[in-house]
Amino acid sequence: MSTLAGTSALARLAARRDRIMLPAWIYVLTALVAGTAYSFRKLYPTAAGREQFAAAAARNPALLSLYGPLSGNSVGSLTAWRYGAFAALGAGLMSVFIVVRHTRADEETGRLELAGSAAVGRQAALTAGLLIAVSANMVLAAVIPAALIALGLPAAGSISLALAIAGCGLVFTSVAAVTAQIAQTARAARGAAISVLAAAYLLRAVGDSAGAHGPGWLTWLSPAGWAELIRSFGQVRWWILALPLAAAAFVAGAAGVLAARRDYGAGLLPQRPGPARAAGWLRGPLALAWRLQRGTLTGWVIGALAYGAVVGEAANGIGGLLGSSEIRKILVRLGGQAALTNAYLAAIMSFGGLIAAGYAVSAVLRLRSEETEERADPLLAAGASRISWALGHLCIAAGGTALILAATGLGAGLGYALRSGTGGGEVARLAGAGLAQLPAALVLAGVAAALLGLAPRACVAGGWTALGVVVMLLFLGATLRLPQPILDISPFTHVPKLPGGTVSAAPLVWLTVIAVALAAGGLAGLKRRDIG
Amino acid sequence: MADAIAVSGLRKSYGRAVALDGLNLSVATGEVHGFLGPNGSGKTTTIRILLGLLRASGGSARLLGGDPWSEAPALHRRLAYVPGDVTLWPNLSGGEVIDLLGRLRGSMDASRRASLIELFDLDPTKKARAYSKGNRQKVALISALASDVELLLLDEPTAGLDPLMEAAFRACIQDERKRGRTVLLSSHILSEVEALCDRVTIIRQGRTVESGTLAGLRHLTRTSIAAELTGPPAGLDRLPGVHDLVVEGNRVRCQVDAGQIDALLRQLTAVGVRSLTSQPPTLEELFLSHYASVPPGRGPAPGRDGDKA
Repeated sequence: MSTLAGTSALARLAARRDRIMLPAWIYVLTALVAGTAYSFRKLYPTAAGREQFAAAAARNPALLSLYGPLSGNSVGSLTAWRYGAFAALGAGLMSVFIVVRHTRADEETGRLELAGSAAVGRQAALTAGLLIAVSANMVLAAVIPAALIALGLPAAGSISLALAIAGCGLVFTSVAAVTAQIAQTARAARGAAISVLAAAYLLRAVGDSAGAHGPGWLTWLSPAGWAELIRSFGQVRWWILALPLAAAAFVAGAAGVLAARRDYGAGLLPQRPGPARAAGWLRGPLALAWRLQRGTLTGWVIGALAYGAVVGEAANGIGGLLGSSEIRKILVRLGGQAALTNAYLAAIMSFGGLIAAGYAVSAVLRLRSEETEERADPLLAAGASRISWALGHLCIAAGGTALILAATGLGAGLGYALRSGTGGGEVARLAGAGLAQLPAALVLAGVAAALLGLAPRACVAGGWTALGVVVMLLFLGATLRLPQPILDISPFTHVPKLPGGTVSAAPLVWLTVIAVALAAGGLAGLKRRDIG
Repeated sequence: MADAIAVSGLRKSYGRAVALDGLNLSVATGEVHGFLGPNGSGKTTTIRILLGLLRASGGSARLLGGDPWSEAPALHRRLAYVPGDVTLWPNLSGGEVIDLLGRLRGSMDASRRASLIELFDLDPTKKARAYSKGNRQKVALISALASDVELLLLDEPTAGLDPLMEAAFRACIQDERKRGRTVLLSSHILSEVEALCDRVTIIRQGRTVESGTLAGLRHLTRTSIAAELTGPPAGLDRLPGVHDLVVEGNRVRCQVDAGQIDALLRQLTAVGVRSLTSQPPTLEELFLSHYASVPPGRGPAPGRDGDKA
């Protein structure tokens, strides 16, 4: 039997299962890019207006570090600058989810065993997953230029930008194919692929903020950086597209070799035996929640430290980031180098707050997967009350979020202080600035917890949608000049801008009260409803 | 002594779908009670209501003298539950799960734990993701049996066990009975039910159709009779309670209701009997007769018994 037998049947099954998810991803990514182009065109119809915007954006140095250097003033270059790399990472994220969902996740749950017992070849599932992800990226590469050209942007620039975005998607399609062979669980496979994605983002951020004499070549190592280096709306460097294609082909080949060598259901990492007796402390729902979540949390904390260190270190080069000395003079007049650095670090912290909120939501939603996968039953039937079971995971979610934020601030402080030599005061100040994001992140955890108790079927989709709305408000709010009442929906709007801003306790207290009230509502609902 | 489980008129509906429709179940303290019914008849739903995981839509349920919904955690320290489809935390070892569940119940007999692990031949150091279905079942069984509890709720506990392990399980349940523990055993394995259970309750489509001792239930069904007579029989078809009568010359075969055996035998001996065999109904026949006949005008009720999506 051919190793590819049954691929087309599996691919059709995968397409059928993804019929909602794929269009949603493609829509969101296209809307992000096209919406940005639309709003730039509408808000800044003239070159003079865009020149002004560029100067205004330059007043917020965080944007430059987050998005890379700004190379021109056309609507196209502004769009590519603002969301080119992010859309590329978004395409990567989409690809990771697709590939893992149709390979390791199906294998872990045993669904693939049933399908695989039919006339299905050994490489069929992997190939089918890759096919779906490649198709999704190809659709993306077609839809984005269609939208941009419809908005009146140059064809060459639109097509090259879209191809660069899809190229990044292809790279992470193959990265996920490899992690799905190595890791034994879908969770670990996704985590490993997303770590590579985060590393790509950080490489680009370090490379872009390195300045003239720094390691600018790091951007060349990042698939997200390629979307920037192609210079879509300037002198297009088409040959850059060979980089993602070559990388994707090479890594996908490696995945194929790995897939051919391993057993069904097994990973490449060996299975270690566990203890024959439970440790003395493992005796309650909270202890179990810690035992279940500690590995994931450790990964998050290490990632947050690395993120903080990289972006904190970059804060030292903020002055050099702004190409024009004219702009720098204006900025120095506005508050000097210190104000500049503070504004950058404050933006970094609110970004870190969003990342921590992502952890908080996923940690709360662990309760739902424990419930639907029927692992809550034996616990609840053995004498754990519903409230103590839920509180165990909620405590880990809250404590873990605090740890991640402290690690972000600590990393930023260390990264900044080691280079600038400002000492320990800076470290403590930034750790505090990180923790100031905690109440806002907990509000999102609270939303997930409330849905878990009151509308359990909607809680996974609802929890992530709430986070998505908050992310969009932070990213698009300024660009789209949204009215304040809409911006106020996001809890992060109310967090004081630290470091540098004035600390007022009132909003932090209010956010904490809201988070606790939401969680309490969720627990009250959980007490009344059916489990399962 | 009060009943360990007293359920009457229990109802559970999910929107318009009715899972339980006036179910009755009583389990006396100290007995091993079989809980039988076709797939989707509501056994697992009933057990989940008894565990306080689901809230009943109507009727009453008492468990160990308490209310299973409002007193759940307190009652759970006095019982142990083995689900039909055991799912465990994939990165915990079997030993860790056994200990964790035992500690939650508040009681675990360490020497019994060790002997059960040996009896069921389980490797407690393996991570749960590496266990087969049968081994996951053993983890749940060992944890339940090693706990010092009054009541065991077992939902198809041997569905994944090999015959050797099933024999070990039977021996354990016999031990539990001697210790005076109460067991509610949901099972499709009829020989297991016959070997272990004092009484059984049969449900179908969310309702109790029969409840009693196995001997009592047998009396409700027919005995097969085959006889060779010395002359041609007469008048057998006019006897009440005689079914499927076949007469071939001097040979007679028929089914007879439990209450009419005496009348039939008188009729046969009046002619003269050369040989006679009688077969009591097998358990299979007993259950099939209860499982198969669907009352008119009622579709199958959805439930969660074993056949999960």
